[in-house]
Amino acid sequence: MARGHMAKGHMDHDRYSDAYIRDILLGHRVFAVVGASVKTIRPSYFVMKYLLAKGFDVIPVNPGHGGHIVADQTVVPSLGEIGRPVDVVDIFRNSDAALGITEEAIRIGAKVVWMQIGVRNDAAARLAESAGLKVVMNRCPKIEYGRLSGEIGWAGVNSRTLSSKRPVIGSNGGQQRSLRNDG
Amino acid sequence: MSEERTPGFDTLAIHAGAQPDASTGARATPIYQTTSFVFDDVDHAAALFNLETFGNIYTRIMNPTQAVLEERMAALEGGTAALAVASGHAAQAVVLHTLMEPGAEFVAGRQLYGGSINQFGEAFKKFDWHVKWADTTDAETFRAAITPRTKAIFVESVANPGGIITDIEAVAGVAKEAGVPLIVDNTLATPYLLKPKDYGADIVVHSLTKYLGGHGNSIGGVIVDCGTFDWMASGRYPSISAPCGSYHGMVLGETFGNFAFAIAARVLGLRDLGPAISPMNAFLILTGIETLPLRMQRHCDNALAVAEWLTTHDKVSWVNYAGLPGNQFYRMARRYCPKGAGGVFTFGLKGGYEAGIALVGKVQLFSHLANIGDTRSLIIHPASTTHRQLADDARARAGAGDDVVRLSVGLEDVGDIIADLDQALEAV
Repeated sequence: MARGHMAKGHMDHDRYSDAYIRDILLGHRVFAVVGASVKTIRPSYFVMKYLLAKGFDVIPVNPGHGGHIVADQTVVPSLGEIGRPVDVVDIFRNSDAALGITEEAIRIGAKVVWMQIGVRNDAAARLAESAGLKVVMNRCPKIEYGRLSGEIGWAGVNSRTLSSKRPVIGSNGGQQRSLRNDG
Repeated sequence: MSEERTPGFDTLAIHAGAQPDASTGARATPIYQTTSFVFDDVDHAAALFNLETFGNIYTRIMNPTQAVLEERMAALEGGTAALAVASGHAAQAVVLHTLMEPGAEFVAGRQLYGGSINQFGEAFKKFDWHVKWADTTDAETFRAAITPRTKAIFVESVANPGGIITDIEAVAGVAKEAGVPLIVDNTLATPYLLKPKDYGADIVVHSLTKYLGGHGNSIGGVIVDCGTFDWMASGRYPSISAPCGSYHGMVLGETFGNFAFAIAARVLGLRDLGPAISPMNAFLILTGIETLPLRMQRHCDNALAVAEWLTTHDKVSWVNYAGLPGNQFYRMARRYCPKGAGGVFTFGLKGGYEAGIALVGKVQLFSHLANIGDTRSLIIHPASTTHRQLADDARARAGAGDDVVRLSVGLEDVGDIIADLDQALEAV
């Protein structure tokens, strides 16, 4: 059994397999970024810009900034007000806030709850998993995409992956890499 | 590779960071001998300059050949990221540029490579950075040298040329208590023999020129971020934890998490100081690293055999190699680098200064030069060369007394190495 896959029916949230993360990034397109900042120097902005450049549909969610434009996207005050299907709820809030957001994510029919680096709420994870959602905690989708596509190596970062296969060049430019859909 | 397995060191030495080339399928890492990289469009250019996306701009800051070397070294040292630069000295300058401010201090073990002693004690003074010297063999002396202005501790894992095996864990304890990062120069050991991160190092630097490149053909250096130091919690390193003026006020530590140090070293230190590694050198060093495990073991095995032989020679007064039982660092070597104590050591000639000069003149296989970590066996008499500007007592303190000869034992047939020393010693 691959490392980090389900063991005794529970996810190991200390160690995800690359395949688990890759499947989530390849299989979903709409990200709602909860706690998205309107400041262009904040980590949430960098993640949104990167995901948009990779072809994801990104919806910033922030109750204090409804109607503002960030990264060319209109900020929605809450998950419930998005009004179209959301695949991944990406949480840029503190760990305590993650439980309420997870409840909302389940209500709107999201498929994945993703908590950013430094965010972890095991009660929320259990709740989401028992509702059939996948959960990622204490990770960043930008770093994971960069790691699994090989792009992050350009910054000298240890991708912790080895492959004798040619990387996939992205469709939107020569300096872009995509995820390889070979599991 | 199957995810049930964690790749072994020998596998990482060959594969880490190096997929076949995306556009041509070239299996060896191509030498991207170019200054610059075209942008896909203006948005892509903006995203690169704002550090919003990963990619290449200009070879003074990054290059795809260099990037493979960086990821390889990060993987071998167990770090989160790395930055390759023009030399080991450049690595030290960029690390300290990232950590220090004018008036700040750092504590370093005084038994360092002589070039580092000059850099720390003289060149860095011009930046108003101040080194406090401690005794590498005594962690308490590091503690005593800490002041409120201390920003880092620096040691070599295996100290050149004193043959010291540093108790990294003890020094790391002092660094942790003081709330400063521990920087370890791992050049002489290489990660094949010893991974400083396992003992509490936060940053590892190398001269890649030595065993990693291994063939005496290229100068290079690297900085490995172990990802262990919490820069944001510390708040004492504004390059990483404060808003950055040249990136619109971005806080690098917030954006890049556990590899923020490596990013800061690149996008501030390397960008502004400029000591970039050439793509050609990065390629040659990468090729060397593929055989590091094989070479390093042979260097150690040959060095031990030569050291043992020298102890029996009647013109030799002493041999200082931590791999020899009875050496004062033997126990430390068994603990920190059980596979071997490296390929460099010193010995003393009963005939003193004149004998040293005669020996380096008589050798036929050994090369008389000022490098270490080559495939070839190398010899130097420090008193008449690298340390000749120093006064007699300063030479002795630096481990470069009149009778001292340093060997860097190569990969030749060990019988031939010993035979060469034998015939040369005959003549002194």
